[in-house]
Amino acid sequence: MEKLRYERPLIKRLESEMPNKFGMKIDHFPKTHIDGVPVKQLIEDYGSPVFVLSEAGIRNTYKKAKKAFTTRYPKVQFAWSYKTNYLDSVCNIFHQEGSWAEVVSGFEYDKALKNGVNPKKIIFNGPDKTENDLTKAIINDSLIHIDHLDELYTIVELLETLNKRPRVAIRVNMDTGVYPMWDRFGFNYENGQAWDALNKIMASGKMDLVGLHCHIGTFMLSAKAYGVAARKLTDLALGIKRKFSHNIKYIDMGGGFASKNTLKGAYLPGYDTNPTFDDYAEEISSALLNAEYPPDSLPLLILETGRALIDEAGFLLGTVISNKRSATGKRTTIIDIGVNILFTSFWYDHKITPAQEFTQFTEETTLYGPLCMNIDVIRENATMPLLNKGDYFVIHNVGAYNMTQWMQFINLRPKVVLIDTNDKPHIIREGETMDTLNHLEITPEHLKKFEL
Amino acid sequence: MKMKSNIAVSDSGFIFNPDTGESFTVNPIGGLIINQLKEGRETQEISRLIRDKYNVQFATFEKDFDDFIGLLRNYSLIENG
Ligand SMILES: Cc1ncc(COP(=O)(O)O)c(C=O)c1O
Repeated sequence: MEKLRYERPLIKRLESEMPNKFGMKIDHFPKTHIDGVPVKQLIEDYGSPVFVLSEAGIRNTYKKAKKAFTTRYPKVQFAWSYKTNYLDSVCNIFHQEGSWAEVVSGFEYDKALKNGVNPKKIIFNGPDKTENDLTKAIINDSLIHIDHLDELYTIVELLETLNKRPRVAIRVNMDTGVYPMWDRFGFNYENGQAWDALNKIMASGKMDLVGLHCHIGTFMLSAKAYGVAARKLTDLALGIKRKFSHNIKYIDMGGGFASKNTLKGAYLPGYDTNPTFDDYAEEISSALLNAEYPPDSLPLLILETGRALIDEAGFLLGTVISNKRSATGKRTTIIDIGVNILFTSFWYDHKITPAQEFTQFTEETTLYGPLCMNIDVIRENATMPLLNKGDYFVIHNVGAYNMTQWMQFINLRPKVVLIDTNDKPHIIREGETMDTLNHLEITPEHLKKFEL
Repeated sequence: MKMKSNIAVSDSGFIFNPDTGESFTVNPIGGLIINQLKEGRETQEISRLIRDKYNVQFATFEKDFDDFIGLLRNYSLIENG
C-alpha cells in the first residue's frame, strides 16, 4: 500500500477572536509548475536554490504595460533599466520587444553596447559618469542625462576637444506630494536649480537639449504623483519653448511603478492594492495631453520602468532545511535561501508557496535563511502550511533587483534558469564555483604555505 | 506519558479541555497521536504506526513527535509525572 503524505502533528489553541476552526486559511494553491515545467524537475536538474525566469511572463507583462500607455498616448518608448536585471538574456528579451537601454554606470553602458544596442538608443543616467564614460557617450551620440553641475561643466570641457554636439537632458527632482522626496539626484524644480541648469545648457550653445527626465522614487504607491511630475516637466518644456523657441523632444518619466509585491508592514496584499499600469498611464498621459502642446509637437514619452516589468516573471525555488521551535515557542523554519540572494526580503513580505500539495493546517512561522547571521530572515511572520524537511517551495515576484544586488556571501550564487516560450528551460547564468572566486585572488608567495 | 482522561478528540479534530475551558484543533496526525496516547500506547509503538502509515523518515518523525508532546505538555493536556 502506498504511504500517505506526511505532515507534522499540529495542535493549535483556538483564540476567541479566531472563529475559523483551522485558523487562517491559506488561499493559494501549491505552485507545482512554472509555465509548463514541474518545480520538482527544475530543482532536480539545476539544484536548490535556483532562480527561474519565465520568458512568457516577461513578454506578457511588457505587452500589458506597453498597451496601457500606447492606448492613451501616441508616442511611447520604454528603455530597459539595466540595474533591475542585467542578465544579457533578460535585457535582450526587452530589446527584442523594442525597449531601448537605460544605464547608470560605465559597466552597464558597456553591457548594453555588447548586447548590440544602438548607442543612440542608450540613455545614460546617474551621478557617476567618469570623463571616460562621458567621452564615449558623446562620441557614440548616446542620450546623456545630466545629474549635477559638475557633470555639466565636465561635458563643456570635453567638448573643447571633441568635435561633437551631444544630445542631453537634465534629471529634475521635485515635490510630488510623496515622501520621502528623492532630491539627491538631478536639479530641483521648486527652487529654480532646474531652470538654472537649462539656461546654462542653452547658453553654452554646444549641446542639443533634447529631453527632460525625472525618476520620482521607487515602488510608488501613488499614481497621482506621476501626474504631478509630468505636469512639472511639461511646465519646464513649455517654458523652454517660450524662452528659446526650442522644442523638447521627449519627457522621460523614469521608473518607480510598484510591482505586485507586498511591502513590509502593508496590511493588504500588494496584488490587490497596488496601482496598475493603467492607473499610472492614465495620470501621465492625461498630464501630457492636457498641457498646451500644439498637437503636432507632443513630446515622446519615455518610461524606464524596472521592477514592475520583471518582478512577476521571477521565481526563487528552494528547499526546507529544518523545522525548529524558538525559545518562546514560535515555529521557525530554516530554508536554503538567505538574504544574500534574496535582497528584496528586506523590502517585501514575499509570497511563498509550497511546491507540493498541502492541507488547510497552518502555523505562524518565521522563515530563516541558512546564513550564520542574525539578519538572515526571509519572513518574520508568515502563515505557512506545514512544510517538512526536504520539501520544495517557491518564492514569488523576485525578478527585479535580486539578480543584480545579490551578494556572494557565505555561499556561492546559484544558477539562473530561463523557461522559454515553448517551456524549454535554459541556464542563462551558471552557478558560481570555487574557481569563479579563486581566479580573482592573488596570494603572495610568503602566504601560500603554513603548518598547523 | 498519559493524556488527561477527560480530554477527547472529535472526528473533526476538535479538542476541549474541561479543566481550563480551552479549545484546540489538531490535524489528523495530531489527532491520531492523541488517541493513541489516550489508549496508553508507548512512544515506540506510536512511532511505528505513523511510519507504517505515512511516508516519513524516523529522525524527522522523532523530532516532530517530541515537539508535539512538548506542546501538549505546555497546554496541560498531558498528566504530569
Ligand atoms: C534613473 C532610474 N530609472 C529607472 C529606474 C527603475 O526603477 P524601478 O525599478 O523602480 O521601476 C531606476 C531605479 O532606481 C532609476 O534610478
